[in-house]
Amino acid sequence: MITLYDYELSGNCYKLRLLMSFLGIDHKTVPIDFYPGREHKSEWFLKLNPLGQLPVINDDGLILRDAQAILVYLASKYDPSGTWYPRDSPAQLGEISQWLTFADGITATSSAARLHDALFYDFDVDAARAGAHRLFRILDEHLWFGEQQGRNWICSSSHPTIADIACFPYLILSEEGGIPRQDYPAIRRWCDRVKRIKGFTVMSGVFPAGPAKAAA
Amino acid sequence: MAKCTDTVILNLWHPIGAIAETSPFVVEETVLLEERVSFAVSENGEPVVWRSRPGLRPGDRAPVIDIDERLPAKSAYGYVWTSLGSPPEDLFPIPEYAEADRRKLNAATFGVNVSAPRAIENFLDMGHFPYVHTDILGVEPHTEVKEYDVEISADRDEILATRCRFFQPMASTTSDGGADVDYVYRVPHPYCSVLYKSSPLDETRRDVIAVFLQPVDQEHVRAHMLLCVLDEDNEDKVIKRFQQTIFGQDKPILENQVPKRLPLDPRAETPIRADKSAIAYRRWLSQKGVTYGVIPVAA
Repeated sequence: MITLYDYELSGNCYKLRLLMSFLGIDHKTVPIDFYPGREHKSEWFLKLNPLGQLPVINDDGLILRDAQAILVYLASKYDPSGTWYPRDSPAQLGEISQWLTFADGITATSSAARLHDALFYDFDVDAARAGAHRLFRILDEHLWFGEQQGRNWICSSSHPTIADIACFPYLILSEEGGIPRQDYPAIRRWCDRVKRIKGFTVMSGVFPAGPAKAAA
Repeated sequence: MAKCTDTVILNLWHPIGAIAETSPFVVEETVLLEERVSFAVSENGEPVVWRSRPGLRPGDRAPVIDIDERLPAKSAYGYVWTSLGSPPEDLFPIPEYAEADRRKLNAATFGVNVSAPRAIENFLDMGHFPYVHTDILGVEPHTEVKEYDVEISADRDEILATRCRFFQPMASTTSDGGADVDYVYRVPHPYCSVLYKSSPLDETRRDVIAVFLQPVDQEHVRAHMLLCVLDEDNEDKVIKRFQQTIFGQDKPILENQVPKRLPLDPRAETPIRADKSAIAYRRWLSQKGVTYGVIPVAA
């Protein structure tokens, strides 16, 4: 069985909980005292991941770190429909990789601002917020043009991909870092669509979609 | 924004950091009532607190014995407390903290973009349990806040809400299923509240969970969460995770309250019967003359 080394309030860990919930993958959780205990920097954890970062999984002896890498692995191995990571479509794989890197940029900015405000990390919060707004503007335009073409998701596929999962957590948690989303209506509509994917699950700070139908 | 001029608040003890997370003789810095304050603890956890000054920066080693011009300092319930005014000798009592078989932990200290009184009110509110803490502290259709009692105790100068009951699917790390849970709430300090809830392990005793809010300014706090619970089985990190999960669910609610400061005029917001403890809390703050973190009643 898959073991997830997990911290409840981590958006990067949430990416994996989301995909495993969408795919119905059973897994075991080992809670890590990321805060205040800094267990991810402890000696035993650094043997698992020398970078001292969450998440990490152990799947039958295969130890993997990095949320985006683990999304690629889990979708490749456990998604019989092949839609979350379409291995036979070079163009889509390229697009997905592009947006997985973009998601890392969201982590470096939006998540950093949240860590600054909530957990007192010594980051330049103004730079982090400005960086997040720059990325949100790019994504909002991308999603808006997609909507005009009848595309609901980040990549050009009729089904959501792991790129949507990778970008979702630190967008939906952005207000905890003082980054409002009022100016990004296409992002807000897309967030609502993600919340309506069958099997969607929440984390602390994320609420389920309301009972109303998504705006057409 | 002007620094704090509210003498009621200035003269209180305020929490500024968890002792378990502080290395002995190393300077920590934080903000209290818009002023930078620094502290260090000795190897046995005795704190020294001072207004931040050049020459003693965060991370520096501090020979605490040599520090002059100190602020009042106290170690209580696992935290360093200080005051920018003239505090009373004693902090409010939590007698259960002395019981040897309890697990005593700082679940976490979180920065929250909210005024301290708004955070206290949310802590007192049971009505949100099924909607915000779904499947943990509440679940539909068990949404009713049953009649409970509230008094403002004149001798102890605190608010007491008793006979609170709520159906909880998973009241704590030691729960093995849903149960009707008894609650008692105390507000013994304008920015601190202590909650007692039935222990799933021992029907004669109660778990104690307290929230101690450090006012950074009128609209930002550091929320320190004390757990003082009965649990023989779970690791510290599992107990902390449970409480952090709950607080993480409250956080966006707290941060979206408008206005951020708590209006004390009874006509400013419309309470329902379930808000009895909040009504008493607002009245108590008004009677004390608290102005910091609130919108006082117009004269």
